[in-house]
Amino acid sequence: MLKSLKSYNDLVSMRKSHDKKSKRDTVKVSVCMTGCRALGAEEVYDEFKKQIKKQKLQDKVEVIKTGCQGLCARAPVMTIDPPGVFYGRVTVDIVPDIISNTVLKGEVINKLCYAEAGKKIPYLKDIPFYSKQKKIVLRNCGVIDPNNIEQYIARKGYEAFAKALFDLEPEYIINEITNSGLRGRGGAGFPTGLKWEFCRKAKGDIKYVICNADEGDPGAFMDRAVLEGDPHAVIEGMLIAARAIGSEKGFVYVRAEYPIAVDHLKNAISQARELNLLGNNILGSGFNFDLEIKMGAGAFVCGEETALIASIEGKRGMPRPRPPFPANSGLWDKPTNINNVETLANIPVILSNGSEWYKQLGTKNGTGTKIFALAGKVKNTGLVEVPMGTTLREIIFDIGGGIPGRREFKAAQMGGPSGGCVPAEHLDLPIDYETVKEVGAIMGSGGLIVMDSDTSMVDISRYFMEFVQDESCGKCVPCRVGTKKMLDILTRITEGNGCRSDIEDLKEMADVTKNASLCGLGQTAPNPVLSTIRYFMNEYEVLIKAGG
Amino acid sequence: MVEKTIDLRSVRKIVSEYSNVHDSNLIAILQQTQDEYGYLPKQALKEVSRLMDVPLTRIFGIVTFYSQFTFIPRGRHAIKICTGTACHVKGVNDVKQKVKEQLNVVEGETTADYQFTLETVACLGTCFLAPVMMVDDRYFGKLTVDTVTDIVDRYSGDNT
Repeated sequence: MLKSLKSYNDLVSMRKSHDKKSKRDTVKVSVCMTGCRALGAEEVYDEFKKQIKKQKLQDKVEVIKTGCQGLCARAPVMTIDPPGVFYGRVTVDIVPDIISNTVLKGEVINKLCYAEAGKKIPYLKDIPFYSKQKKIVLRNCGVIDPNNIEQYIARKGYEAFAKALFDLEPEYIINEITNSGLRGRGGAGFPTGLKWEFCRKAKGDIKYVICNADEGDPGAFMDRAVLEGDPHAVIEGMLIAARAIGSEKGFVYVRAEYPIAVDHLKNAISQARELNLLGNNILGSGFNFDLEIKMGAGAFVCGEETALIASIEGKRGMPRPRPPFPANSGLWDKPTNINNVETLANIPVILSNGSEWYKQLGTKNGTGTKIFALAGKVKNTGLVEVPMGTTLREIIFDIGGGIPGRREFKAAQMGGPSGGCVPAEHLDLPIDYETVKEVGAIMGSGGLIVMDSDTSMVDISRYFMEFVQDESCGKCVPCRVGTKKMLDILTRITEGNGCRSDIEDLKEMADVTKNASLCGLGQTAPNPVLSTIRYFMNEYEVLIKAGG
Repeated sequence: MVEKTIDLRSVRKIVSEYSNVHDSNLIAILQQTQDEYGYLPKQALKEVSRLMDVPLTRIFGIVTFYSQFTFIPRGRHAIKICTGTACHVKGVNDVKQKVKEQLNVVEGETTADYQFTLETVACLGTCFLAPVMMVDDRYFGKLTVDTVTDIVDRYSGDNT
């Protein structure tokens, strides 16, 4: 049972007492226990625990269950510090060797090390995958045990919120966020500070704060990783938003397909309550705020904010026209502020380090960093955080290690079903919200799927259309019928029954669906088709010709 | 089809655990009801409607909207094959086809012996393991048509 914190000082003392405890000369063995579970991380962790106990090393070695460490391609992964080595593809039977050589003697086991161009790179700081990243949002992810609030507090967790609560006025907080240039990381890129200001100024006694954790884009797993690896950062971001806006009640709307994220979040909320960081009279300030988790039930459209609100209200998750915007009339018609997971996890860092510091990262139109979920035909699949303005080439080749086998890079799909495919000619484009849009994709939530010469772009286009057609809620005609008709044409083409007029028909329907649909789902649904027609027209032509 | 009679005590208990019987809890109540019975029996939905004073049509509206809900009894093990972009690019279609042949069902169906229900999921968010699937709460990654057969076999004789 944790002891309730009654003041700002209590929080700081808790950090300091933890500092003292952790200064012992222990070796930290950090095992990823989220994504890596799929490849046996639990068994590896259990074996470490067993061996450490058997060899009576509890005082010398600390074994920690962490969130995602990033380099998922090498799962199950772990770090041992000191000496700061990174191991991948760890198996149960090699655990005793790791303890006797690396943990006790600091010696490296070569076969577990990451290799590039035939060279082994044992230390994490030397691996390009890590050294070229800038971890702001993922600062704790893969480092702390997400189920232990003390470890979050030990890294100055909740101190940005305490500062906001005791030392800063709401207007000042909102100004800081506005000045930082932070834009929504869920896809649309709306300025976060402005959103908060609208909600703060909206009339009403009751206001709500919602965290949108309905990460539905196929190919995106940033929000899952943040919730699993550092749930307190998201809670702290929500607390700061609540303080700025004047809200006492928040909701986290999370996908039911993410059981580990839900579990870690539940645990984090209950620990924060125990410490009086959630609930009534937080840290003795008189400020009240509490959180409730709402589980999605499998509907992609619920990532759209008005649909998400309908779903929390217990209705079919269908969008409604805006205005009124949720900032004025949202959940139960009350002013409501909705932010994405990654956006919220940025907030404590901005307040701690100041907006001027934050603005120095990234580009003019996109400050800060962005997390990308790197997957598909790339060597180092995993979770990557880079400053905005980094080029695709740096992400895919320097960090991602390039394309496996002898095949060539063909395109990177960005932004999932609302985005597009970026071809090789734009590999050197610095990525921010505007530049990505110019080349026909969108920043989106951060899914980045690499495709090689084996991937058929017409098939990809059909794949996304099938997805949005299935997920269209059916409320408005352009989306419901437009996606179906486009899917029919694309299916016909992939089956070799396409005809000459198909491309023009696709373009025309794409135009109508884009301009006449009610919400973002329909408005962006044609993007994958349009971008593949723009860059890979020859693939459509070959298929249509073959069909005769 | 005549539905077999079910024990309504479980659904009554679920509803009663919500001190505040607010419409906004409806989805959570339906999720728990489905967890309890393995599907949403019509009699249970009628009971929810009566206890919460919500029209049955609204409940049907919700159940048919969200893909998580089902009116049909599920098998002992749920196989969820990810059809996300990364899995698609890495050839999940062949894996899926293999499982369909092995179990003799299509997506959304349950095997005749109620051992498996086969589903597809838009994305499990474990793209680095592509192609990937879940059996109940366990992930299986980097699947091939051979490994997937073994995994399904392992669960075939399992009665837990």
